[in-house]
Amino acid sequence: MKKREKKIVITFHTTTDAMAMERYCKKRKEPGRLIPVPGTISAGCGLAWCVLPQEREHLLKVMEEGDITPQAVHECML
Amino acid sequence: MIYLDNAATTLHKPKEVQEAVIAAFGQMGNSGRGASEPALKALGTVYDAREALARLFHAENASEIVFTANSTEALNIAIKGILDPGDHVITTVLEHNSVLRPLYECRRKGVEMTILTCDEYANISYEEMEKAVRKNTRAIICTHASNMTGNMISLESVGKIAAKYGILFIVDASQTAGVWEIDVQKYGISVLCFTGHKGLMGPQGTGGMYVKSGVKIRPLLSGGSGIDSYNMHHTSQMPEALEAGTLNGHGIAGLRAALSFLEREGMERLRKRELELMRRFYNGVAEIPNVKVYGDFRTDRRAAIVSLNIGDYDSAEISDELSGRYGIVTRPGAHCAPLMHEALGTKIQGAVRFSFSHYNTEEEIDEAIRAVKELAEE
Repeated sequence: MKKREKKIVITFHTTTDAMAMERYCKKRKEPGRLIPVPGTISAGCGLAWCVLPQEREHLLKVMEEGDITPQAVHECML
Repeated sequence: MIYLDNAATTLHKPKEVQEAVIAAFGQMGNSGRGASEPALKALGTVYDAREALARLFHAENASEIVFTANSTEALNIAIKGILDPGDHVITTVLEHNSVLRPLYECRRKGVEMTILTCDEYANISYEEMEKAVRKNTRAIICTHASNMTGNMISLESVGKIAAKYGILFIVDASQTAGVWEIDVQKYGISVLCFTGHKGLMGPQGTGGMYVKSGVKIRPLLSGGSGIDSYNMHHTSQMPEALEAGTLNGHGIAGLRAALSFLEREGMERLRKRELELMRRFYNGVAEIPNVKVYGDFRTDRRAAIVSLNIGDYDSAEISDELSGRYGIVTRPGAHCAPLMHEALGTKIQGAVRFSFSHYNTEEEIDEAIRAVKELAEE
């Protein structure tokens, strides 16, 4: 397994919201990718957006501009 | 074969619809189930289709679009999920059984129902609709166009009544989605139910509903959603709240291709074409002695449908002759619209429905006119 690093994991209420995030970021060439929600956040499946810690503030600003509401923003070792 | 049963399902679809469905096999996993490449491919395809439908119906966002198997499922979800015993609902004789039967079920459980009748042209009265509003009226539920006559109900007129009295407005757009402009915000529509396989030209087994943000609907189904799996309750977040279980991803891939086709070709141009063909057929048959045409042809603001009878012949007999002798596909009988036939006095005879597509040709229309003439003269 790869070495774990600190990551920012943004969760959403629905998978539709998660895909809305993916389409929005892809179009704007913003960083990050969709990942399965880590078990440390929720054992209940779902999709989350994962970025590096240094991209956190930029991405939250971008989301606000795009009217994309996260369910929660987590810091995880992934 | 001359296919004139497009109100039942459009037989000819854009080539890219078929190609998209075939391509989806082998590429698409389960939408919303994990972050693997195939699963994300499916989720992305479904999302793009939601966005295209949101654009088509002028919804605020893609989360207001829910996928179902067809209009019937969408209407059942809307009607049974909104109405409570003690509520009153207004509907019309133009409705299909996919509206009427869920309403009758609700009536057996204590929902009150007013069914508006129609005039000689098979049109409803908006004055009568407004007069039917009671203190406990919860919703007006009506079709956008009759699947028997093709007559349209004015969404603008009904929307104004619904807004004036703070009533929910539920629309069955089975015959008009993909054909006529439907602006859910402009007309104050609360729920719009549509199917994918008629005017939208997608595969059968696709359909859905627009649900205005804030309109609460009890789900018919609960189960897998791909999120919050340890919760004993299904998610209440839209659109997944109304989409328990695996979606018809392959079909939705085809629907998305159909929506791209519509955007590219222009709905208005395609509609103009099918209405031209409808008018050509109507002009060719309306004056034939012994032929009776139903509906209001004083306007072209209608669905491309012409229903008729020849003398007192059973419509099934005429339809069978058209098929066997001329290779013309029509639909006889009741068209799942029992109250419309009762109102027009065609319960026993039924009617022969000719319904058109922009893929039909003038030659096909002229052949159908010739066939009706010959049968009427015999």
